[in-house]
Amino acid sequence: MVTRARASHIGSALSIADIVAVLYGRILRVDPSAPDHSERDRFILSKGHACVAVYAALAETGFFDSALLETYGTEGSPLMAHISHKVPGAELSTGALGHGLPFGTGKALAAKRMGKDWRTVVLTSDGEWGEGSNWEAALFAAHHRLDNLLCIIDYNKLQSLTTVEETLRLEPLHSKFEAFGWAVREVDGHDHEALARALDAGAWLAGKPAMLIAHTTKGKGVSFMENRVEWHYRNPTSELLAQAIAEIEEARHA
Amino acid sequence: MRDAFIDELTTLAEANPQIALVVGDLGFNVVERFAERFPERFINAGVAEQNMTGLAAGMASEGYHVFTYSIANFPTFRCAEQIRNDVDHHRLPVTVVAVGGGVAYGALGYSHHAVQDYALMRSMPNMTIAAPGDPMETRACLRWLVANPGPSYLRLGKAGEPQFHEDIPTVSPGAWVRVRSGDENAIMLSTGAALGAAIARAEDQAVYSLPLWSMATKQRQAGQLARHQSVTTFEDHLADGGFGSWLAESVAGTETAGRIRPIALSAEICDQVASQAALNRRGGLTL
Repeated sequence: MVTRARASHIGSALSIADIVAVLYGRILRVDPSAPDHSERDRFILSKGHACVAVYAALAETGFFDSALLETYGTEGSPLMAHISHKVPGAELSTGALGHGLPFGTGKALAAKRMGKDWRTVVLTSDGEWGEGSNWEAALFAAHHRLDNLLCIIDYNKLQSLTTVEETLRLEPLHSKFEAFGWAVREVDGHDHEALARALDAGAWLAGKPAMLIAHTTKGKGVSFMENRVEWHYRNPTSELLAQAIAEIEEARHA
Repeated sequence: MRDAFIDELTTLAEANPQIALVVGDLGFNVVERFAERFPERFINAGVAEQNMTGLAAGMASEGYHVFTYSIANFPTFRCAEQIRNDVDHHRLPVTVVAVGGGVAYGALGYSHHAVQDYALMRSMPNMTIAAPGDPMETRACLRWLVANPGPSYLRLGKAGEPQFHEDIPTVSPGAWVRVRSGDENAIMLSTGAALGAAIARAEDQAVYSLPLWSMATKQRQAGQLARHQSVTTFEDHLADGGFGSWLAESVAGTETAGRIRPIALSAEICDQVASQAALNRRGGLTL
């Protein structure tokens, strides 16, 4: 998809691919035959630039024909290069960072006030915690005890120009969120069994919003992309694409 | 207008269980009535306008018609991207309510002068601006907004504005409302709280108000303009990106464009502190 569309952000998508796979495969209560079902869990991708991972999961789950993936990022396609609510199964168009958590907080509050038991799950990047709007929402969700809200941080520790540590330090992240009043857990963001346990609603405390810090690798699974800032931007050539696919296939069969 | 707003909203909320009010830690002695009557539909989001607007959009996506409420530029410019992306782009029923439109908070200085808000809100494709000219238009606008939920902006003055309509007028987006009869050849056309200035400056001219307008209703303007030889517009907003320029854009390049004479606030008032009346006079809105 990314190669064909000459698009960017493949490293960001590979960083969340395992999280998204476990969410759609094992956690989220969603029905591809009824994408707007009122009792569905709501999943919001706040780092909209990594949308190819979600588009692929939606196609794999049956929300639309996987042939549509071939149109990604091309003229007239509903599959914009930032996630779009016009795609069946996508709740919110994002692209500007710091929007997903406030929006998801509103959904979680609405569910509480309406007595509904569906969950809201928001996936953010690490760099987007530079946005003040996220911290506003973090205060609000804890104040209102929104334990039906799960936020996942894709903590690959790289942002747009360099590392998070060199840009705008988030550490100590775990204790920071605890101090904000959230229940906090950490997980290997590429370990499917650990992710399935940590994403399960039963794993969390009542009365607090849930924050899952997922330790990830940007460009995961492709040797020449892993932990390289330039793969936030670069578009793989067909040769590099073939190599990347071969490496991922090999790891899968190993 | 502020009191007409909360009175009407509380009444409408009795019949409509979807109406919710989210305030940005403002509204002392205004919002209590709604909050006490509907505690489950009232939220104080704190001093956090970006989250206030984002969470309003999230609630609206689950069926609420959310009114966000704050002063002057706080519910608009501070969270402009949340209004643009989350509310307007998703066509969600969120009504942004700003109290203190124009220079109603004159003495509080530039931070509290809402004189560029039309420019921001009218650039959003799905947004309806509601700028009532008196308490009766406030009630009329609110009823229309609740009956037609969508992205919208309600710009209020403060309290104690004069009442110009005897009854609640019929309003519809883009449609001018006659407030004073008179010469139909040269008329005055006002939006928002500038209505008082238009009436005060009218000699024998008819005076109209346009309390509901939007990008989508520009196309309704040429037909109404064609009935008059001269239309003087009034707004307590800067000329740039304002109401008069919106009207002029609707007929740009046609003969009708020359009939529009915009009266708006001069940018010279931007660094001045004075009463609302003094700033409106210095800015050129009133004589």
